[in-house]
Amino acid sequence: MIHLENVVKTYKVARRGTGTRETLRAFFRRDYTEIRALDGLSFDIPDGEIVGLLGPNGAGKSTAIKILSGILYPDSGTVECNGFVPYKDRMRYTREIGVVFGQRTQLFWDVPVGDSYALLKDIYDIPDDVFNENLEEMTALLRLEKLLTTPARQLSLGQRMRCELAASLLHSPKILFLDEPTIGLDAASKLAVRKFVRDVNERRQTTVILTTHDMQDVEALSERVMMIGKGKLLLNGTLSDIRREGESLDESLVEFYRQIELDNREEEEDLS
Amino acid sequence: MKKYFSFFRLRLAMGLQYRTAAIAGLVTQFFWGFMLIGAYRAFYESNPSAFPMSFQAMVSYIWLQQAFLAVFITWRYDEDIFTMITDGGISYELARPVDLYGMWYAKNLAMRLSEAMLRFAPVLLLAMVLPHPFRLGRPASAAHFFLFLLTMVVGLLLTVAFLMIIYGLAMKTISPTGVRLFFPAIVEFMSGQIIPIPFFPEKLRKIAELLPFAGMQNVPLRIYSGDLSGTPMVTAVVLQFFWLLVFLGIGKLLLSSAEKRAVVQGG
Repeated sequence: MIHLENVVKTYKVARRGTGTRETLRAFFRRDYTEIRALDGLSFDIPDGEIVGLLGPNGAGKSTAIKILSGILYPDSGTVECNGFVPYKDRMRYTREIGVVFGQRTQLFWDVPVGDSYALLKDIYDIPDDVFNENLEEMTALLRLEKLLTTPARQLSLGQRMRCELAASLLHSPKILFLDEPTIGLDAASKLAVRKFVRDVNERRQTTVILTTHDMQDVEALSERVMMIGKGKLLLNGTLSDIRREGESLDESLVEFYRQIELDNREEEEDLS
Repeated sequence: MKKYFSFFRLRLAMGLQYRTAAIAGLVTQFFWGFMLIGAYRAFYESNPSAFPMSFQAMVSYIWLQQAFLAVFITWRYDEDIFTMITDGGISYELARPVDLYGMWYAKNLAMRLSEAMLRFAPVLLLAMVLPHPFRLGRPASAAHFFLFLLTMVVGLLLTVAFLMIIYGLAMKTISPTGVRLFFPAIVEFMSGQIIPIPFFPEKLRKIAELLPFAGMQNVPLRIYSGDLSGTPMVTAVVLQFFWLLVFLGIGKLLLSSAEKRAVVQGG
């Protein structure tokens, strides 16, 4: 059970104009602007669901995931996941979650993937039998046999993502956070990732929270869709709330953003 | 505790796989030591009475310094840590049930030990068979040798504790550039890495001996040859332990406060 109430998170950004004069001025006086990444975000997610977090770039999706996974402290608001306050009980809470950030790697760059897994075993204190069982299952589902002995730096992006997914599940987490897990992957790898996530959710009742810009991910995976924009929850429903007759999902989504004034033109005006 | 030992083991294995780097380092350190001794010999011959250490102690200082360079060197950082602070990779570190301080400390310790393990023996062996003025002498006594080993270990712990403060500051300022430019020169000089502390002018020497940095390499390197002995040696060892505790405390506080205000850059 995940519960978020009125969560606010702001970042301070030092802004300056371009050019020598502006740069020199900024050397002596800095203008800070506050950006509200989350502006009173509230939602609940029951156990065992797959939820897709949607929203344009900069909407606050990643910030929400980072607060939910205990990485960032919110400025205010209530966060509770499985009875823990993630950022306060970080050491105990993180045993129950798995994370994959599509744009980063959790594998050790210079050593074979298997070594990274062995380290994760010790980090999470995974008992031998659980570890072996999970590793066997992951190896079969994600076809990892050959990859286990390959150094992480020599994996292709698709191979690496398969290894990342396995790494995040070795300790049988109850919640899995996937932040853009299909970014940059080819069609076959995307299909493999989607199938795997669905399998894991069905077999283990793992709650999955997913952010993505790929509407096909959402279509294939999530029963529930939450739209975040400007740090607030704008929609809590299903894809059918967004889908429009005779349009692709992407087109429908853009239209949806437009209706709630979230499209990019608006964002550019904000920046000027 | 087990997980920190695992970090240590993995990092150790990683360091040991770079054989070419080890050989290159070995050659550099050997010639560097040879050159330094040559230079000091020229000074010594022009006026032995102005030399603040015995020549033999000086030779031991240099060979031990070169052999254990990876243990002592102050500006050897873990680049991975700086990278993850700059590009946001720190997310993964925080999303796991590990204490940031313990994990980074173990990694740095292992990195230094793995480098030192591949390098120290050949340098020492060569230094022991060199002809007379260049040869590495025996330790002053069994007690001095034991204290040399002990203070070298404490020196290593102290150096890593200092690096942890640097990482903490980098995390607070979100960029390692500032701290990396500011500290190394002073610390390197004050630890006795560039010239041994006895060569400092009197007043500066007295200050340097009280500072934490002397404990990083000046103390063990001088105890071996007996250049540091008796009461001054006891004082130096006590100070070394004192500063170790202080640095551990500062680093730990700094990191846990930085953790609370963590900023993950790059989306």
